[in-house]
Amino acid sequence: MSEVKYSKEHEWIKLEGDVATIGITKHATEMLGDIVFAELPEKGSNVEKDGTAGVVESTKAASDVYTPVSGEVVDTNQEIVDDPSKINQDPENSAWFFKLKIKDKSEMDSLMNKDDYDKFAKETTT
Amino acid sequence: METKKTSLYKLHQDCNAKFVEFAGYQMPIQYAEGIVEEHKFTRNHSGIFDVSHMGQLFIYGGDELIKDLEKIFPLDLKNLKLNHSKYSFLMDKDAGIQDDLIITKINEGFLIILNAACKYNDLRILKELLSEKYEMVLDENRSLIAIQGPKSSQILNEVVEGVKDLNFMSGNWFSFENQKIYITRSGYTGEDGFEISISNDFADKLTRELINKGSKLVGLGARDTLRLEAGLCLYGHDLDKDKTPVEANLKWAISKERISKGDFIGSDIIIKQLNNGVTKIRVGIKPEGRIIAREKTKIFNQSDVHIGEITSGTFGPSVNGPVAMGYVENQFSKKDTKVFLEVRGKKHAASICSLPFYKKSYVKGAN
Repeated sequence: MSEVKYSKEHEWIKLEGDVATIGITKHATEMLGDIVFAELPEKGSNVEKDGTAGVVESTKAASDVYTPVSGEVVDTNQEIVDDPSKINQDPENSAWFFKLKIKDKSEMDSLMNKDDYDKFAKETTT
Repeated sequence: METKKTSLYKLHQDCNAKFVEFAGYQMPIQYAEGIVEEHKFTRNHSGIFDVSHMGQLFIYGGDELIKDLEKIFPLDLKNLKLNHSKYSFLMDKDAGIQDDLIITKINEGFLIILNAACKYNDLRILKELLSEKYEMVLDENRSLIAIQGPKSSQILNEVVEGVKDLNFMSGNWFSFENQKIYITRSGYTGEDGFEISISNDFADKLTRELINKGSKLVGLGARDTLRLEAGLCLYGHDLDKDKTPVEANLKWAISKERISKGDFIGSDIIIKQLNNGVTKIRVGIKPEGRIIAREKTKIFNQSDVHIGEITSGTFGPSVNGPVAMGYVENQFSKKDTKVFLEVRGKKHAASICSLPFYKKSYVKGAN
């Protein structure tokens, strides 16, 4: 079983072998409202921990999506680009954003587990 | 300064509103279902909007007031029939728009609906222009509730008998719980609908009755997507002091009769622009694909020359795609002209298009 970890920028990350799947949390989608646009990093590009790796937009505003770890983009989810409302419907499962071949597993250490993230999310809501 | 609350604040809370501060008021941006659902519900059924933050300015007076107001507004007010409304603007001497508004002839004078962020400044300007000759009341004891969408006539008529017989852009006094309420058939969503001016003490009760009849509250978020799809301007974004009604492509709202005389504030510039043309003009802009170009996005022509800026842009739920308005140099304002929008450092193709993005379904006559 692979553990899911969470970032302070409200991304989730699931590591299987050296490939990490990354998306945004349900809490993030609730804060954003209806998502109507998604932009993903290009396949084959390299992204750096805490750097921008995409954009989501609601009817109200645009928000950057950050990557919680560094790596090479090996896959992106075209389905959420074609129908961004899928991100609101199933953010922590089928509406993943991109997959990375990660460089340094130790970058995962500073991320939060589910309990810590839930607490963090609750505190940042108000 | 503490933010104000409208008389529907408790109802908004009961309906799980998310609040934002807007023009000094705590206003609902959306409710539990979200902007897209609220938008679609308005287009398909009926949405209720709390617009009580807007100014309701009553000016009392007779023929002399009409003459004095004609020096301010480019309207044929002496021929405006009782209970009829017109869209207009308050301009400065350079024809810069200080506010856009709806003015209605009522028995004792006029009722003017003003933008929330402009209302106190408008009152100050109008008092000065009218030399305090007339009684003017910016009435904050009244709420303003809009109901918009194809079912609004039927639903409102169940609560306030007779409103279905109103014509578009006209109004009348009605009664609710023995209270005098003023209702106009108007709105700002591109749908048939009504705006209801009602005492603060009864606004909550009226709104809850409309909800019981099947209507739903809709927040400012959907109000923005609805008005943009309908091609309607938002003051402070699409209109401001640096833009004239001619540049804003609103010359239809200026009375031809009044232009021929040219005796209102800003008329010199208006007449000059109507005769000689303008350098920039407001247009509809349709981005290709799904990219959203928001306010302040730069617009380029095919030779990569900067030709204008977006003033409003979002995702249109009924259009199911991005929609925008902005100002471009006049020579690039023709329908279907290819332009490019710079979003996050990249240029994206778009074209100039006619407004509205979404065809209106206003009721012309009584039904």
